[in-house]
Amino acid sequence: MSRKTMPTSRRRVLAGATASLLAAPAIVRAQAKALKLAVFLPRSGYLAPAGQSCHRGALIAPRVLADFGYQVELVHVDIESNPDVARTQCERVINDGINAIVGAFDSASTLAMAQVCEQRQVPLVVNIAAAPQLTEQGYKFLARNFPTGGQLVTNGLKLIQDLLDATKVAPKTAVFLHANDTFGTAQRQAMDKIFPTAGLPFRLLESISYDPKAQDLSVEVTKIRALNPELVLVVTRAADAIKLVRDMVRQHFEPMGIVSPGSPGLYDEEFYQALGPFSDYPIYNIPWVNPKAKLLQALEAAYKPANPNFRFAVECFNVGFTFEALLIAADGFKRAGTTTGPELMKAIRATGIAEHVMIGPPIKFDEKGQNVSIPSAVVQNRNRTPTVVLPASAATMTPVLPMPGWQGRT
Amino acid sequence: MTWSIYLNVVIQGVFTGLVYGLMALGLSVIFGVVRVVNFAHGEFAVVAMYVAFLLFRALGLDPLVTMLPIAALFFIVGFALQATLINSFVGRPEHDQFILLVGIAIIVLNGLLVLFGPDARPANLPYAFDSYAIGPVFIDKVRIYSAVAALAIASGLFAFFRYTATGTAIRACADNLTGAAVVGLNVKRLYAITFGIGLACVGAAGALMVTIADAAPSLGPAYTLLAFIIVIVGGLGSMAGALVGGLLIGVSEALSGFLIEPSMKSMFSFALLIAVLVLRPRGLMGRRA
Repeated sequence: MSRKTMPTSRRRVLAGATASLLAAPAIVRAQAKALKLAVFLPRSGYLAPAGQSCHRGALIAPRVLADFGYQVELVHVDIESNPDVARTQCERVINDGINAIVGAFDSASTLAMAQVCEQRQVPLVVNIAAAPQLTEQGYKFLARNFPTGGQLVTNGLKLIQDLLDATKVAPKTAVFLHANDTFGTAQRQAMDKIFPTAGLPFRLLESISYDPKAQDLSVEVTKIRALNPELVLVVTRAADAIKLVRDMVRQHFEPMGIVSPGSPGLYDEEFYQALGPFSDYPIYNIPWVNPKAKLLQALEAAYKPANPNFRFAVECFNVGFTFEALLIAADGFKRAGTTTGPELMKAIRATGIAEHVMIGPPIKFDEKGQNVSIPSAVVQNRNRTPTVVLPASAATMTPVLPMPGWQGRT
Repeated sequence: MTWSIYLNVVIQGVFTGLVYGLMALGLSVIFGVVRVVNFAHGEFAVVAMYVAFLLFRALGLDPLVTMLPIAALFFIVGFALQATLINSFVGRPEHDQFILLVGIAIIVLNGLLVLFGPDARPANLPYAFDSYAIGPVFIDKVRIYSAVAALAIASGLFAFFRYTATGTAIRACADNLTGAAVVGLNVKRLYAITFGIGLACVGAAGALMVTIADAAPSLGPAYTLLAFIIVIVGGLGSMAGALVGGLLIGVSEALSGFLIEPSMKSMFSFALLIAVLVLRPRGLMGRRA
């Protein structure tokens, strides 16, 4: 039997070399030793305080992850609190060969990124973003380790009842004030749906939306003052929380309490610095870190020398969730052994991380890519530090409600 | 709901509107005379906010005290900018002027981001949380002080243009450029003085704004847009129109925010703008072309 051999021609060698060159990125991607991750955060613009806080967590993460056997390389992207920037930067980093994306604190920006990641089959691990549609639109390349707006509000309202029971106060009326961005609107929708059946003893007089970029909230506070509620339920974003309390003090408006059923703003370092003694006593019901977790202790040990001007106790929420998102991606890569999008995403969706930094059971995702078991805690500002006050098993102080008046605070 | 709540809202709107008006006054003065639209207006206001913020943080100087030195500094900057850069663009196509000033705005904005970062910087004045209680009406101290200062500066500016030789010469340039040149006025120098005055208004307004709002680079484009709305409503080139426009925007935003929905208050500024453009394109106090 004769065997035909193909003659080696110059043209054939050239074609082979070209094919090798074209295939090289895919080969490199599949065999990479470290996972290349882009971390998308709003490090400038109106969400900058929280974005910067998350960024500080991302900066220390590779070292901590390396100590636990995970190899990641990070590319940091500032989305400028702007969904359009998030979308275009997402396209750019994927074209540059990124393996997966983590982000982006802001629901609107994360939604914009999710569409791009879905088209390009690149995994997106959400660190913080609560808009329900992220996991309700059937995205296959998205995993969210953060509660949805509905989960936040459900947990938050249940904890308000626990708070009222613990403090033995019975407010009769409340006003709900919320930012009018994607997150705030999602929270409003959740409140409209869940509050009527939550069985809370107070009546919701009105829901008021405001622009979180407004330079002051004097009109908003005057409007609330005219309604004279005992409780003010708030969904703030960042610096708007400062403006809210500042205008309440200026207008001598002293509700029984300022309570967030789950939102940022009231625990940013800026909030404490700008308001001083007036920053104490607002309450927010949000997921919090587990001080007993080994990984949290390692994270805190890395955070402190890297950020001497910031307090881990204040930043642990943003740092914790950002770190966990990176951990999920790195863990998926370790199990998948490849950076190819579909396989990496399959491994991420099959996550089962028992040892992590936030309070709650092992990190797992449902068929929609949502972690449905993230509990909340009642956290109150005390001595200008976020302090867990409920549940009693995790509390380091007892809750104070009604909050002391503005006058006489030092 | 009592009358006192409405009164409170209107007073807040009036006081905020006066500071807005002072900021827009600079834009109106520059356009009225030099016929160049300063697209970097808001960015310069934010620079002034940072200068006032730094002086307060470093030396403990109240922005109400540093307002005049900052205005003087901005006059020099404006004079130099007009004399060295913008004069050569006067008379050139509008898109050339637009690109120049937008370029300046981008440089200023990014310079602020590099120097100060994106975070908002509150001045935290000792009286920032204080207010006067007149019966059931509460008026913030910072708003009263800022509004009074804005009114004083605007009055000074009106007096300057009305009663001084330089002011009269500048008005002559605005009314009849050829005639002013024929009678021997140094038009380029007067343009530089005018641009300096415009930026001095911005400097003073920025120093006052830092008592009301936290300094942040992202405010720049928002203030530019706000100043445009005000001067178009009031009448481009009209000094009194800028103040009236500021008051209208301040009060309409406050009232619409209170009566309808706070998140929709900016919409009413734009609605007012559209109404003025349709019904009275030259603005409420603008002169017929």
